[in-house]
Amino acid sequence: MRLFYRGPHFDHGVHPPELKELTSHLPIRRMPYPDEVVLPLRQHAGAPAKLAVNKGDRVIRGDTIATASGFVSAPVHASASGTVVDIGLWPHPDGTMSDAVRIEVDRYSPQVTRPRMVPHWEGLTPKEIVAAVQNAGVVGLGGAAFPTHVKLAPPPDVSVETIILNGAECEPYLTTDHRIMVEYPGRVQLGARIMLHTLGAKRVVIGVERNKPDAIEALRATLPTDIDVSVLPLTVKYPQGAEKMLIHAVTGREVPSGKLPVSLGVLVQNVGSAASIGEVFETGLPLLERIVTVSGPGVKHPANLIVPVGTKVGDLLDMCGGVTDDAAEIVFGGPMMGVAQGNLDAPIIKGTTGVIVLTFAQVPDARSYPCIHCGRCLDACPMMLNPSLLGDLARTGRYGEMEAEHLADCMLCGSCTYVCPSNIPLAQLFQASKSALKRVKAGAA
Amino acid sequence: MSLRLGRSLVVTASPHIRKRDSTPYIMWNVVASLAPIVGAAVWFFGPSALLVLAASVGGAVATERVFGKGGTIADGSAAITGLLLGLTLPAGMPLWMVVLGAAFGIGLGKLIFGGLGYNIFNPALLGRAFLQAAFPVAITTWPATGGSWLALRGDNFAIPLMSPRVADIVTSATPLGLMKFEHKPTALWDLMIGTTSGSLGETAGILILICGAWLAIRGFLNWRIPVSILATVAAFSAALHALDPARYATSLFMVFSGGLILGAVFMATDMVTAPVTNLGRWIFGLGIGILVVVIRVWGGLPEGVMYAILLMNAMVPFINRATQPTPFGVSRAKAAA
Ligand code: SF4
Ligand code: SF4
Repeated sequence: MRLFYRGPHFDHGVHPPELKELTSHLPIRRMPYPDEVVLPLRQHAGAPAKLAVNKGDRVIRGDTIATASGFVSAPVHASASGTVVDIGLWPHPDGTMSDAVRIEVDRYSPQVTRPRMVPHWEGLTPKEIVAAVQNAGVVGLGGAAFPTHVKLAPPPDVSVETIILNGAECEPYLTTDHRIMVEYPGRVQLGARIMLHTLGAKRVVIGVERNKPDAIEALRATLPTDIDVSVLPLTVKYPQGAEKMLIHAVTGREVPSGKLPVSLGVLVQNVGSAASIGEVFETGLPLLERIVTVSGPGVKHPANLIVPVGTKVGDLLDMCGGVTDDAAEIVFGGPMMGVAQGNLDAPIIKGTTGVIVLTFAQVPDARSYPCIHCGRCLDACPMMLNPSLLGDLARTGRYGEMEAEHLADCMLCGSCTYVCPSNIPLAQLFQASKSALKRVKAGAA
Repeated sequence: MSLRLGRSLVVTASPHIRKRDSTPYIMWNVVASLAPIVGAAVWFFGPSALLVLAASVGGAVATERVFGKGGTIADGSAAITGLLLGLTLPAGMPLWMVVLGAAFGIGLGKLIFGGLGYNIFNPALLGRAFLQAAFPVAITTWPATGGSWLALRGDNFAIPLMSPRVADIVTSATPLGLMKFEHKPTALWDLMIGTTSGSLGETAGILILICGAWLAIRGFLNWRIPVSILATVAAFSAALHALDPARYATSLFMVFSGGLILGAVFMATDMVTAPVTNLGRWIFGLGIGILVVVIRVWGGLPEGVMYAILLMNAMVPFINRATQPTPFGVSRAKAAA
C-alpha cells in the first residue's frame, strides 16, 4: 500500500553520506602511461581468458593477449604497447593471486593501435553484433564485470521488452558513471540504440539518481526521437543501483526470488557498459582503458581518470599526488561493497569503478557488541530479510536454517552492517555462510 | 613506485563505512534522556529519591562489574537497568532492598542469560517483580509529595533483614489505588504534572512523554511500541467508560495514572526484550495495552503495567516468528506455504 506516491523507489535501503562532491565536477582526464601494466587473465565473471602470448613478445596496444575461453568469457587486450616481460601469478584485486601478463610499457611508443576496421553496426545481424562486442572484450563496467555480450544474446525462449540502463551510481564517492553521462551522453545513447536493435526490445529507460541533475540534463538533451528512450530520475538511496532494486523502482515489479530479470522481460546494463558498446562501434577499439574515480579523504588530488587496464593502484595513486599521512585503507569500488586492497601492486581491472582511499578516522571500530534487537537491519535490508536472525544463525553455524530464511536472496549489499549499532559484521557473516553452505552441499552431493 | 604509506594498509570486509552511532551511544542517550525525570523525582520526593536511585544504579552496576564479562559497564545497559528500576520504586524504600532488587535484576534477569542482548525479560522489571514478591509492604508504601524538601520519606536507612519500624511519614494511596478501592478519581492535571503519590519516576506523565519523544526523534526508541500501548489502553478504557461511567475510569485517567507512561516509553521499548519487526511491535504494544487494562480493572492489584510487560516479553520469540518479513521477490502465498 502506498498512500503517497514518492516517485520511483524501492523499499528500505540506507542513506550513507554521498560524498560525491570531491569529484563530481571534475572532467575526465587521461593519465599518462605507467611504466608497466599487469593484465590478469581473470577480469570478468565467467571463464578466465586463455593466454595467447609468450614471454618476450612485443605487443602493440590493442593486440589480443588472451582469448575468450567460451561464450561466457571475454578476451583481454594489451592496454599499452611494449614487451611481455613475465607471465605468472600476481596479486589480484579480489585478494587472491591470479595468472597475469606483465607488459613493460615502451616509453617511446606513440601508443596507437594497429589499423582496424570500424564495424558498421547497422549492417550487422544481432549475432554479428554480439560477436563484435565479445571480440572487443567488453564486460560490465559497473563492478560485477559480467561479459556484456552474453546479456545481448538471451536464450531464444525469452524476449527482452525493456532495457534499463543503470546510471544510479548509489555508492558514496563514485562519480565514474556520472561523468560518463555528462561528458559522453551521445555514446550512451548509441550504446542504447545498438542494444535495442540487437535485442529487438521496445524501450530503453535510463535510471539516474536525482543527485546528478547535470547527467539527467545531458542525457535528456541528446535523447533520440526515433526510438523509445527515456530518462527516469530516481530517489537517492543505497542500493538503488542493485539490479533488483532498480527494476523495482523503474517497473514497480519484483524479480521473483531465484529468477533472473529476464523472466520479467527486463535487462539491465550499466551506463558505462552502454557507452563502451557505443565506443566500440565508434572507434573500432576494444576495451583497453576504463574510467576510474580516485577519491576519498586519503588521496591528495581526487580525480576522474581514464586509466589503462592493468595500471597498478600504486602508480595510479602516485598520479593523484599520493596519499595523505592518515590514509588507512585502499578500496576498489565504493565503500559499501568495494574490496580493500592489501597490495599496492594490484592492478586496475575492467570492473574497477573507483579507488577510494579512506582514513583511519573512517575505519570502523573492530569491536562489536551483542545484537540488541533494535531492528535497524530489518528496516535497512532492501531484500526484506531478517539480518538479525540470520546473524544469530550464522554465528552458531546453522547454515541449513539460514537457507530456509532466504540466505540466497541476500545480495551482500552491506546495508545491514552499515546501520547496525552493535557493529556486527553481518554482510561478512552472510558471505562466509554462503561459501560454507556451498561447501556443505558440494560435500553432500 | 614512489608511493609510500606510513603504516601498513588496513584490509577489512565491506562495508568500509558505518553509520555513526553505536550500542553504547544509544544506551547512554537513554540514560541522558532520563535526567529530567530524575530531576522531577528529586523535586517531588527530595533526597530520598536520590538515595533510592543511587542505590539502584550502584547495585546494578556493581553486579554487572562483579558477575558480568569484563568491560561491559561501559555499554551503559546496567546503568539504565538501575535507573529504571529506581524510578519504579517508592521514595521511602529501604536502600538495602533496593540494592538487592537491582542485583537480582542484573544477575538473574540478565547475566544468567548471557548478558546484554540475550535476556528475555526486562531486567529492571524483573528486579521490581522480585521486590514486589519479597517486600510487598515496603514497595507499596507511598509517601505523599510536597512538604519539606530535606525530609527523608521513609525507612531509607532501615537495617537489612530487620522488620522496618513504621515510619512517621505522611503516606498516601496512589491515584490507581484510590480509584480501585475507593472509587475516587484524582484530578487529571495533578496526574499529568506528577503531583500525586506514586513511584519516583512514574508520576509526571507529560515530562516522560517529552523525554520519550526526544529519544524517538533521534531514532533511539521505537515509537510504535509506546503509541500502540497508549492507544490500546485509551481505546479499551474509553469503551469501558462508555459502558458504565460510574464504574470505569476515563481513558485519560487510565493513561496518565500509575506507571503506564513510564512503562510504555522506557520499559516496553527496551530493544533487547521487544520484538524486532515493526508489525511485531504493534502486536506487542496491543498485547501490553490489553493486559494493563484487564489487570487494573479485573485483577486484584491496582496496577498492572509491570506484569503486562513481563508477560508480553515472554511472547516476543513467538511474535518475532509470526511476523517474519516476506523477502523481496517471494510472494506471500509462497512464504506462507
Ligand atoms: S547484506 Fe544481505 S541481509 Fe544485509 S541488507 Fe544487504 S541483502 Fe539484506
Ligand atoms: S542492527 Fe545489529 S543490533 Fe540491531 S537488530 Fe540488527 S543485528 Fe541486531
